[in-house]
Parts: sequence; structure tokens; C-alpha cells
Amino acid sequence: MKITKKEVLHVAHLARLTLSDEELEKMTGQLDNILSYFDKLKKLDTADIPATSHVFSVSNAFREDEVHESLPREEALRNCARQDGETFQVPRII
Amino acid sequence: MKPYELSIAQAQAMMDKGEMSAVELTGSCLDRIDEVDQEIHAFITIDREGALAQAEAADRQRKAGTAGKLCGIPLSIKDLLSTKGMRTTCGSKILANYIPPYDATVVARLKKEDAVILGKVTMDEFAMGSTSETCAFGVPRNPWKKGYVAGGSSGGSAASVAAYECFASLGSDTGGSIRQPASLCGVVGLKPTYGRVSRYGLTAFASSLDQVGPICRTVEDCALMMNVISGYDKRDSTAVRQDVPDYTSSLVPGLKGVRVGVPKEYFTAGLDREVEAIVRNSIEVMKGQGAEIVEVSLPHTEYCVAVYYLIAPSEASSNLARYDGVHYGYRNLEADTLLEMYKRSRSEGFGAEVKRRILIGTYALSSGYYDAYYKKASQVRTLILNDFKKAFQSCDLLISPVTPTAAWPMGENTDDPLAVYMSDILTISANLAGVPGMSVPGGFTASGLPVGVQLQGAHFQEEVLLKAGFNLEQGLRLGRGKLDIS
Repeated sequence: MKITKKEVLHVAHLARLTLSDEELEKMTGQLDNILSYFDKLKKLDTADIPATSHVFSVSNAFREDEVHESLPREEALRNCARQDGETFQVPRII
Repeated sequence: MKPYELSIAQAQAMMDKGEMSAVELTGSCLDRIDEVDQEIHAFITIDREGALAQAEAADRQRKAGTAGKLCGIPLSIKDLLSTKGMRTTCGSKILANYIPPYDATVVARLKKEDAVILGKVTMDEFAMGSTSETCAFGVPRNPWKKGYVAGGSSGGSAASVAAYECFASLGSDTGGSIRQPASLCGVVGLKPTYGRVSRYGLTAFASSLDQVGPICRTVEDCALMMNVISGYDKRDSTAVRQDVPDYTSSLVPGLKGVRVGVPKEYFTAGLDREVEAIVRNSIEVMKGQGAEIVEVSLPHTEYCVAVYYLIAPSEASSNLARYDGVHYGYRNLEADTLLEMYKRSRSEGFGAEVKRRILIGTYALSSGYYDAYYKKASQVRTLILNDFKKAFQSCDLLISPVTPTAAWPMGENTDDPLAVYMSDILTISANLAGVPGMSVPGGFTASGLPVGVQLQGAHFQEEVLLKAGFNLEQGLRLGRGKLDIS
């Protein structure tokens, strides 16, 4: 076993997901299968190989710090499920 | 010939001569959608009034002599590109009601050139899939055989173009999502070099792999679309500052002096015989047009699926963290605490494949596993990139199949995600290496399903692909074939 149900539940918590018992059962088997497949990478010796995170060597893309028009508040709030016309509202956190 | 059957170039010529208006052309596509989309399920959102208004505006521009490069041409857009004021779902319940307040750069560029946007098309949820079957708002059918998949993730884009519902579509390609559905639906699809086209307003899946590109019926139309969407954008820090050529100037007959590489690792076990025969035939056609055929090797091809399915889900797990129900998207309104709100909104909003990839990515990036999975995959990615660099020292482009098989029946392999991932083996390396890739129709199987041929080039060598694709199209003369539409 590459991954246990307990580990899947922990990862799901990190990803802010909940899984039903049925989902957990199915997902654990599928993830185990997929993670086992990744083992084939172990065959390759990559000790001296640099990692590629981006295919071109880009340096920082700087720009002038200029003031531009931003999204009007009404527009920014339009897609929010709960708002009061001025702010995004969420359950109480303190 | 009905107006919707024309190519972009033909329709432009007719409108320029005053033989047809953009309103007539748009009406023809809208009628076609009414006629066939209940069978094809390509569209999620159809904007009739908006499209006709854009067409009227296009006619005015043409009359005034200020017509843009795509003036009056009706298009569809994959539903993960932001369209101002038009619902953009990403094929997910979590964005079922999301109306973007801005246009993606590529959409703004199409509008600036007076194109007509008919609506938004189906796709795998958040572009994660190879069949478009994970779309929450209808699954596109293959117009050549309706019980078969249209491919994915840009399945609605390819199906809408193949079914003549629009002239071209914008798709996105993270691991083959433009080229694979184009191949399965018998149309042309081009994934540009990473950085050639702006990703601003493209919903992020795997940011180091994603690229927007056109799906069209002809190579020429593809060049016309590339002329409009390519180029630097200050809003995408990975868009490259490099001049955009006139891509139509590469559409010249003859392949003399062009070295075409045949990567031997792409012709191995698992490749369907009919698919192989079609690709081999295309190689012969190009040889007859003067191309020099050389065998090349991409020795790390067998590791591509593992590398891709670590890197793409890792980036996705980070990108999709933004769907927390706070600012936009679905929110569970019954949750009492913030944590519960996050968890319930995400769990109710995302489908199974998206959850699976978020879990793989979160696991691969989590402490204790990062070196063994994400870092290892990024190192092997370097080896894959080096394979391509080496191959392009001895050839100008690579020719291969796009997929190991033609389209398959809907509903297969839904419980075996790894089996579906394996079908991406021939397309994902282009994304890992950032090189351009194109699918051009190569022929049909005995049962009438289309099969594409993949052309891949070195970075920023889209012109070589378009030239080779144009010659292949002219040399094969496939004809229209018969769609499975009543």
C-alpha cells in the first residue's frame, strides 16, 4: 500500500475537502494505483539534474508602479454569495 | 454550400465583396446550432442577441472600411476563458453562476478584430480530462459518431467546429487538450509555444503547462486565428516579448529542405494499426513533397505520463485553492464556521476527477513527499526537455500520432483514471517541454472515425508546423466525409 485511508483523510483536510465513506474507499484505491505508477521514476538517476519549473529562464517581469483604474466595488462584489454592498461576508472567525 | 460550411478565408472574401453580410453569416451559424446542438451538446451558453449585435457592428465596420482581421466571423470559446458579462463555468458546478467582470486577453483581441462570439462550449471540469465527460453542463458528442467521445478537454470546441456550428474556437491545452479533441473530431488544432499566447483570463489549471490555441477546420484558418491571438501581454508575466509573424505567409507549397523527424518511441506497442498506417501515409505524402525523413529518439517518452500526472495536479492543487466560496463561485450557506464553509463549498462544488487531482497534488507537495514526487518529476522534466532540444538538432519538426487510438465509446474507463491518463502519452511531452504542437487531419479509420497527425516543432517554430500542416492538408485532399448528424 502506497497510501492508507488515514493518509487520504489527512491530505483531504489539507486540501479543505471532505470525502464520504464511499468516496474515501474508491479514492484510496485509485490514488494507491496512481502513486504506485509514479514509482517508475525511481529507475532514473537524477542526482545531478536540475529541476525545471519553467521551460524558459525568465527573470522577474517588473513594471512601473503606476496607479490604474481598478474594478468598481459593485462589480467586485457581484459574484459573491453573501455580501452587504460594501464587503464580502463570511462566518464569524473570532 | 451553406454559409456556415465556408472557411474563414472564404467567408471573409464573400463579405468583402458584399455577397454576404456578417448578420447573415452569424444567422446561418445560429440556425445550425438550433438544428444540431441538441445532438452534439457542444454549447453551454449561446448568446444569440449578443452575437447578432456584434455581427451588425461588424457589418458597419466593413462598410466604413475599418474591418478587423476577423470581421464578422462567428466563433465559440471554451468555457474557461473569461468573457465579460457572459457566464464562464469551467464545466464545474462550483462556477455555475459565475459572470466574469473582464475579458481574457485572447477574447479581447478577438473582439478588437471584430469577431462574433456565439457562446461558450463544453469541456472537462477545469480542463481535467480526456473525454469532456466530466463536464457538469452536458457532454459533447463526436460529430462523426455520436455514441463516441469528442475528446477533451476542449471537446466542445472541437465538436462545435467539426459540426459546423461555428468557424473556429479557442481551446486550451495543458497536456493535449487542443490537439487530442481536434484529432478525434477531424479538425485542426494548434497548441502554441508556451508564452506565445497570453494566459491572462484563462482559468489556471497547471500554470507552467497551460496554453491557449485555436481549433479550426483548415490550416489557413488556424494561421488567421494565430495572427490575432499571439503576442506579448503585460498582464501575463510568462508571455514572451517576441514579434508575431504573419502566419499565413508560411502557407506555401513544397517541403523541400524540411527535415521531418520520426520519433521511434511514439510508434510502439499500444498504437492502433489503423492510426499507425494513417501517420505512415502522411510521412510518405510529405516525403513526396520534398521533405527529408529522419529517425529521431526521445528516450524519456515512457516517463512523460508519470511526470505530467505529478506536475499538473501539483500546480492544480495550488491554483484551485482559490475556490473557497468567499469572493465568487459556489458557497454552502449553512456552514457555521469558516473551515466548514471552505470544506462544504469545495466538496459540493467540485466533481470527482477534480478532487482526485487536488488530492494527488496536495499529497505530492506535502512535507515528506515533496522530494520523492514533485522535485523528482521536475528533474525528469529537464531530461524530457533535453530530449526535444537534441532531436531538433537533426530535424525541423516531429511527426507522430496524436493519440494511440481513434475516438472510443462514451462511458469507458470511468472507474480507471490511470487507463485514461495513459491515453495522453503522445501529447503531454509538448507541454512539459513547452514546444508547439499541432493536430492535422490525416485520414479515417475503416469505421469512419477521423485520425489526426501530430506535428511538433522547436520553441516558436509555429510557422514550420503551419507550413507542414498546410502541405499535408493539400497533399491528402481528404474531402468532407460524412458526419453522424441527422
